[in-house]
Amino acid sequence: MRLSYPSNIKVIQVPCSGRVDILHLLKAIEDGADGVYIAGCLEGECHFLTGNLKARRRVNYVKKVLSELGIEPERVEMYNLSAGEGPRFVEIAKEMTERIQALGPSPVNLKRAA
Amino acid sequence: MIVADRKPLTEILEMIDDCDNVLIIGCKGCVTVCNVGGAKEVGILASALKIARKKEGRTLEVGERTIERQCDPEYIELVKNEVGSYDAVISMACGVGPQFLSNAYPDQRFFPAVNTTFFGGAVQHGIWEERCAGCGQCIIHYFDGMCPIARCSKSLLNGPCGGSAGGKCEISKEVDCIWDLIVRKKMENGRLEDLLSVRPPKSWDTARDGGPRRSVREELVQ
Repeated sequence: MRLSYPSNIKVIQVPCSGRVDILHLLKAIEDGADGVYIAGCLEGECHFLTGNLKARRRVNYVKKVLSELGIEPERVEMYNLSAGEGPRFVEIAKEMTERIQALGPSPVNLKRAA
Repeated sequence: MIVADRKPLTEILEMIDDCDNVLIIGCKGCVTVCNVGGAKEVGILASALKIARKKEGRTLEVGERTIERQCDPEYIELVKNEVGSYDAVISMACGVGPQFLSNAYPDQRFFPAVNTTFFGGAVQHGIWEERCAGCGQCIIHYFDGMCPIARCSKSLLNGPCGGSAGGKCEISKEVDCIWDLIVRKKMENGRLEDLLSVRPPKSWDTARDGGPRRSVREELVQ
């Protein structure tokens, strides 16, 4: 397919989205990522049954933590798509990049740069 | 177990506002089981506090430590070389933890990161309910294994009251009327007669009404 997606996205592979922990998402924000999203399998299609559902709950928890800290919760997101949906992967990557660009740099980075 | 909820992050941030470095101490007891103050939650709180500080353009160094229990002096002693190196210490244990720590290290400040709520258990993953009020004189055997002190909103010993409707308590649709459950179980088991027996009024001397409580086990005191 050779589709290209925005180069600002750094892909971290995990065996299942259920492997992604609250702390992984928080650490990414803490270390300066402007946004983080999980691309998990379609709901109901998890090979391990509930990995992607757990991932979604963790994303929601992190959104809550960020809101409490006055940081836009939209910086963290959960997406579901199948492994065969290359074009959808690109679409999501672009969508998330646009969203983060609209939000601007993470407030964690803003103060650091100042 | 003792069940607790984490305090809002803003409240914790306010407590440590004048600190540049803090130590967060978790507890591997009850608060680990109810996912509030174990090693994992210590990590999450540390990261959240650091994010909040970076957002303000300030730095915060956070030490993380989780000990076996914060309600035993022998484990409290294990952190003696660490507590002094920080501006303040945050305890993620129940209300007992920060008090034991404060008592052992009088020169340091200890902040509670959780609100201790009740004695209870997990009715399903992620949901805990109160089951015991620690009244000091257990009477659940009279009520087929259900405690009306902890589970009736009015702690009635001769319920149900007029607020019971459709098996639920008038305070919330999510709260079962424990007296409805007690009477039903007694009827199902053919023991409804038990509720007719007359018992003297419950003595509340052993509950909080009698002041702070103390338990002494002669065979263990050294």
